Amino acid sequence: MKSTALNAGPASAAAEPMQDSRQGGNRKTSRINRFMVSPSVIVLALWMVVPLSMTIYFSLIRYNLLYPGDNEFVGLENFQFFVTDFGFMAGMSNTLLLVGSVLLITVVLGVLISLLVNQAFWGRGIVRILLISPFFIMPTVNALIWKNLLLHPVSGVFAAIWKFFGATPIDWFSEFPLFSIIMIVSWQWLPFAILLLMTALQSLDQEQQEAARLDGAGPCALFFHLTLPHLARPIAVVVMIETIFLLSIFAEIFTTTGGGPGYETTNLAYLIYSQALLQFDVGLASAGGLIAVVLANIAAFFLVRLIGKSLTEKQ
Amino acid sequence: MLSLKQRRSLNTLLLGVLAWGVALAIFFPIFWMLLTSFKTEIDAFATPPQLFFSPTLENYTLVNERSDYLHFAWNSVVVSFGSTIIGMMLAVPAAYSMAFFETKRTKGTLLWMLSTKMLPPVGVLVPIYLIFKDTGLLDTKTGLVIIYTLINLPIMIWMAYTYFKEIPKEVLEAARMDGSSLFQEIWRVLLPMSKGGLAATVLLSLILSWNEAFWSLNLTASEAAPLTALIASYSSPEGLFWAKLSAVSTLACAPILIFGWISQKQLVRGLSFGAVK
Repeated sequence: MKSTALNAGPASAAAEPMQDSRQGGNRKTSRINRFMVSPSVIVLALWMVVPLSMTIYFSLIRYNLLYPGDNEFVGLENFQFFVTDFGFMAGMSNTLLLVGSVLLITVVLGVLISLLVNQAFWGRGIVRILLISPFFIMPTVNALIWKNLLLHPVSGVFAAIWKFFGATPIDWFSEFPLFSIIMIVSWQWLPFAILLLMTALQSLDQEQQEAARLDGAGPCALFFHLTLPHLARPIAVVVMIETIFLLSIFAEIFTTTGGGPGYETTNLAYLIYSQALLQFDVGLASAGGLIAVVLANIAAFFLVRLIGKSLTEKQ
Repeated sequence: MLSLKQRRSLNTLLLGVLAWGVALAIFFPIFWMLLTSFKTEIDAFATPPQLFFSPTLENYTLVNERSDYLHFAWNSVVVSFGSTIIGMMLAVPAAYSMAFFETKRTKGTLLWMLSTKMLPPVGVLVPIYLIFKDTGLLDTKTGLVIIYTLINLPIMIWMAYTYFKEIPKEVLEAARMDGSSLFQEIWRVLLPMSKGGLAATVLLSLILSWNEAFWSLNLTASEAAPLTALIASYSSPEGLFWAKLSAVSTLACAPILIFGWISQKQLVRGLSFGAVK
């Protein structure tokens, strides 16, 4: 506290009497605020501004770690190369497919499962714990367990099930690579949807439900007119937060397919990684990184508005 | 014919059975990992997969010989706890002042902090990699601690903020009237009152750091590599080590899984940035 008092410049000293006359604690308040919030604000601002401005700079010059010294300004050439590269279209469509499918699967199954678990039955606490467990498994473990123990075409559990029903086992990661990734990522994120929706369901107005039921509303009408509107906000939260994380799925691809075969499982995050750290083309990767930032910001724009709204509603 | 009451209880029973079925199916991969970790490598690769086998503990004893498990586990511990401690030291004062001394800029600051979380890691991978290379932070625990603190800080501030918001201002004001200093006010009044929420914040930060795999894979090689990177190293097909992979994975996931089970109810708020209670 002493240090801020010493740091207070003439400008704030001039403003003090006015604030003091309005409200006694105000002067102290603003100092405490600045003193205690500023470390977090400063480190986060540095974290945002420094690397991002470097990315912007790199994206405008020729910069390959294999050819040092040749760093001339090339304008938007890197962006042009990145966007016209064959991998870009594949990366974009794979990113959208991955995010879209996982969102659809987790939200639909999440609503159904959370409704199912929202009744009284024996062992509900244990069921709850079993359902949310995959969320706590680290992504690299998730990917390797699915790849080697479950989806393996010879000794995997799925192969055994297929054989049991007389079908030919599927080599998931070479026949349906993107679908396999979607499957394992959905498994990881489904618990997140269930956890949030389950919590939201507990605040559902039971009396209203009962009243509607007495008025003769069937289960379908109850679901669409009462339950689903109640879940609208939590679903929006699930969609937005999952989008942020799913846009930069990396470890699951890195440990299973390495982006292949060809570009079939390369998403934008993996494409940029391979350009930067495998091909050492810093300029090109930076251009790609900026495109990813823009995409994420479009998604973030909606999330921040949504969360901001819920923040004001609470107060 | 069944009476209405009987039909209802039959319904409940069926729904309960269905819920258990779904839960067991979703949990199955984890169960199977645990099971495989007690198999011999031959049993682990057997077709059809073996449900019954003579269990062995040899994978767990061999794990450390093959890959120096403890080295990676120690890195994970240092990095998660290090970033959580520093993160809490930054987040608690920030959340305190925003929750109890609100100004017209507070809401904007909070949302801005949240928006830093939206910055996709690939967008800043290249500069961070180069900065780390130049400053010698590449493949160091210090480097990872810095990164993890920064990526988790917004969530920690938000979570602490939503818990502090629930404490009546009057309690703190009373303490202030009684002449306690700022430090005493936070240490003796605020922290004990928000124990549960702060514990959940700490746990969430530990879980997120422990499981983080983008930065750990890109910024570490061997010296500072945490468990996520160790497990990724099993993806190279240098032989069939599935039982050992399962044993390592079980060891790596068990502590976080237990943390998660304990704190699941409180985690909802942090994971939804306070939007779902």
